[in-house]
Amino acid sequence: MTSNNGPFLSVKDLVVEYTAEGQVIHAVNGISFELERGRTFGLVGETGAGKTSTAKAILRILPDPPAKIRGGKIYLDGEDLLKISEKEMRRIRGRKVSMIFQDPMTALNPIMKVGEQIAEVIKLHNDITWREANERAVKMLELVGIPGDRCGEYPHQFSGGMKQRVIIAMALACSPELLLADEPTTALDVTIQAQVLEMIAKLKKDFNTSMIMISHNLGVVAEVCDDLAVIYAGEIIESGSKEAIFDHPTHPYTVGLFKAVPHLDDETDRLSPISGLPPDPSNLPAGCHFNPRCPLVTEQCRSEKIALREIEPGHFCRCIRVKELEGEYVRVG
Amino acid sequence: MSALVEVKNLKKYFETPRGMLHAVDDVSFSIEKSKTMGVVGESGCGKSTLGRVIIHLLDSTDGSIYFEGEDITRVNSQKLRKLRDNMKIIFQDPFSSLNPRMTVEQTIMEPLTISGRYTRKERQEEAERLMAMVGIDHRLRLSYPHELDGGRRQRVGIGRALALNPKFIVCDEPVSALDVSISAQVLNLLQDLQDKFGLTYMFVTHDLSVVRLISDDICVMYLGQLVETCPSKELFKKPLHPYTQALISAVPSTDIHHKKERILLEGEITSPIHPKPGCRFAKRCIHECKACHEPQQLEEVLPNHLVSCCRVREINSF
Amino acid sequence: MLSSATTEGKSKIKRQSEFLVVARRLSQNSSASIGFVVAVFLVVMAIFAPLIAPYSYAKQDLAHTRAAPSAQHIFGTDELGRDVFSRIVWGSRFSLTIGVLAVLIGTAVGMLFGAIAGYFGGVVDDIIMRLMDVLQSIPGILLVITISVVLGPGLFNTLLALSVGGIPMSCRLTRAAVLGVRHQEYLEAATSINASTPRIILRHVLPNSFAPVLVSSTMSIGNVIMMAAMLSFIGLGVQPPTPEWGSMISGGRSLIRTCPWMVTFPGIFIMLTVLALNMFGDGLRDALDPKLKK
Repeated sequence: MTSNNGPFLSVKDLVVEYTAEGQVIHAVNGISFELERGRTFGLVGETGAGKTSTAKAILRILPDPPAKIRGGKIYLDGEDLLKISEKEMRRIRGRKVSMIFQDPMTALNPIMKVGEQIAEVIKLHNDITWREANERAVKMLELVGIPGDRCGEYPHQFSGGMKQRVIIAMALACSPELLLADEPTTALDVTIQAQVLEMIAKLKKDFNTSMIMISHNLGVVAEVCDDLAVIYAGEIIESGSKEAIFDHPTHPYTVGLFKAVPHLDDETDRLSPISGLPPDPSNLPAGCHFNPRCPLVTEQCRSEKIALREIEPGHFCRCIRVKELEGEYVRVG
Repeated sequence: MSALVEVKNLKKYFETPRGMLHAVDDVSFSIEKSKTMGVVGESGCGKSTLGRVIIHLLDSTDGSIYFEGEDITRVNSQKLRKLRDNMKIIFQDPFSSLNPRMTVEQTIMEPLTISGRYTRKERQEEAERLMAMVGIDHRLRLSYPHELDGGRRQRVGIGRALALNPKFIVCDEPVSALDVSISAQVLNLLQDLQDKFGLTYMFVTHDLSVVRLISDDICVMYLGQLVETCPSKELFKKPLHPYTQALISAVPSTDIHHKKERILLEGEITSPIHPKPGCRFAKRCIHECKACHEPQQLEEVLPNHLVSCCRVREINSF
Repeated sequence: MLSSATTEGKSKIKRQSEFLVVARRLSQNSSASIGFVVAVFLVVMAIFAPLIAPYSYAKQDLAHTRAAPSAQHIFGTDELGRDVFSRIVWGSRFSLTIGVLAVLIGTAVGMLFGAIAGYFGGVVDDIIMRLMDVLQSIPGILLVITISVVLGPGLFNTLLALSVGGIPMSCRLTRAAVLGVRHQEYLEAATSINASTPRIILRHVLPNSFAPVLVSSTMSIGNVIMMAAMLSFIGLGVQPPTPEWGSMISGGRSLIRTCPWMVTFPGIFIMLTVLALNMFGDGLRDALDPKLKK
């Protein structure tokens, strides 16, 4: 594994397609982003935007068939993950890169004790005895706030929030350098979500883990991420630091998203929804994929492919109408 | 007093193999005509059960329910049929709430068919009108649920609920399963319909931002108990119950420039099976004291602001 | 991750009724298609029997008994000189009718019981399921034979005997499907719009519970035909001269060494029918699987 002076993770022009019943679904259409060590990068978007496909592509756990990575490069510490062998990839999964899945209810094996599931991950990547692996597993449980003597219990004996903690314990068991968190708190109650987010933040700090946080919840993203990208129809349509995007959302979709979401500290009593429906990834509109729903659409938007442009240092936007949008910001706090 | 719906000391218990589950325990509030009462809480708080008991999808265990001033706690089947025309429900899951083998038109028309008051032609015309009202293209009338997206399916559910001009609708987490951009559309639709027809809503949700947006008044529930109720704006300006305070502070904010003072709760939400008397939040509350384990009273601490906490005045220093 | 958005653009709305989707899937499944074609062929043979069979099935030709297959009698003749081919063609009417009708009756009765048991639960469920337990605890063959003996031989009685055996299976399958459907919110929705219980069961529960039964029933037609054959084999069931395939085998068993055609051809046709229906039923199960949708 080579180390370089570039970013820790660099995804370039990733393309992922699904083929189902003769139809091709363009899930990811040329996504590129970079992640520095110790930082958290947010992937924001709605269902079907391609966020989970991107994360699974990084771990190379996309089901093939029907999914296929059609192009792009994923450099982790200078090494292209898409070019290494499956055997080498197995050494990376769980150890260097780990993932927390969305649904805690189904991510755990129901017939295996919780302690064993964590120990299994540890044993796979370390040359130690089962006994040592179990001891480390107990330590991980305590790290996530679960009493160690519960290691002999089965998943169904835990609540949703606790299951998610077990999953986090599994993901962090081998101190990964990169953590992919796919909507880790969506299925949890608000007060439990707060606990879990605090815990993730603390563990991140202690281990200096880099993280990619996938979420459709702008509040969670605001709390946890340093930089983020907004994804629509498999493309990044806006990206930048958290401050850039929350203070100056520029792309009409991003602006629409902020307006369509109720904010707790907001006094308005009516939302401004984004008109129309999310796009069909098997039949994407020509030109800018957002054009059917965009209030600022022009003929050019409907015919040309739009490129990402830097509108401020470090703040990118895929929209040719940006100049008209300057000066119009959404205040969210 | 223009309360359309009122509940007094309502209780709903379920018998389970592990003991008696106190899903709804001694809840009292009233909902004014053409207003929205938001009922908010986390898992196990009983908010969904509460909605179903009020519209008689479940039988209550104790307490009373009033509709338009009349006691409807125990009604015979004939009265129940009439009541059901007036009280409807919209479900959370846009897929399982529609019969997969019925078209949009059939689903919306079914309440009309059952009422027996319309000819076939009238039913179809009424269904067309309802579809337009909830924003479904008439060309989709012969579509099946699996051909529609979540937002459209929810609209079908709303159309079905509106079929016989009800006065009261229980909205059970109607947008929780929808994408962000679609849920805004559906929320707007619900508000528009309320403005147009003077509908009264009981809006059940776990999402505080949504409940703030859509409610006139709010009830906060915890493990079957009503802990606080007051007008919506007041709840967020001045939450008095420690659970409400923790709940509001737990919501991640999109304001990146003001770090939130977060009250972190210890422990888990326990189960409402065979609970001990007193406040069920006490074990996780930083202000816990001996008196918390006595049955609490819901008292009007400020005008129109009721709280069920023995230490409410101390905690909020007044 | 696949989106659940529709294919609606501003122009056409692509509508696909579920029946068409299932039909398309079936046609893409080669073994199901073969099974379907063979089954259709057999049905056509049954319908047009008078036109296809060169002789009447009862016509005896005592001058040419036990004749080997020849140009005149392509499947040979039996011990009474009757043309085996004609008897097979005519026999398809009886065998297929028995098979389909017996399954239909058994399935319908079983579905009704299963729906009631699954929907109401409690004591009703217990009583019905214990009844089914009793029926199922008797080995199928024995049950059919016993009822046959009690009712006596003949086409109608055979039909009844055979249909009883199908009741427990469709009852259980329906009950299981109903239990799966019982917690679906659209049943609650139906209650909230004042639907009566019979309406809920007939309009909402049953239509969503019959898929597994459909598959199992299709595949049991073959089984029933075999049982009918077996009944005839032991002298119950349909009586001569009715050309039911099983009775043909029974009639020819003592001559199996000298006149194998009397047994082989009916046997082949029974096998073809069972195979075709099983292949089709298998394909139907796959085609109906909602998880394979989109």
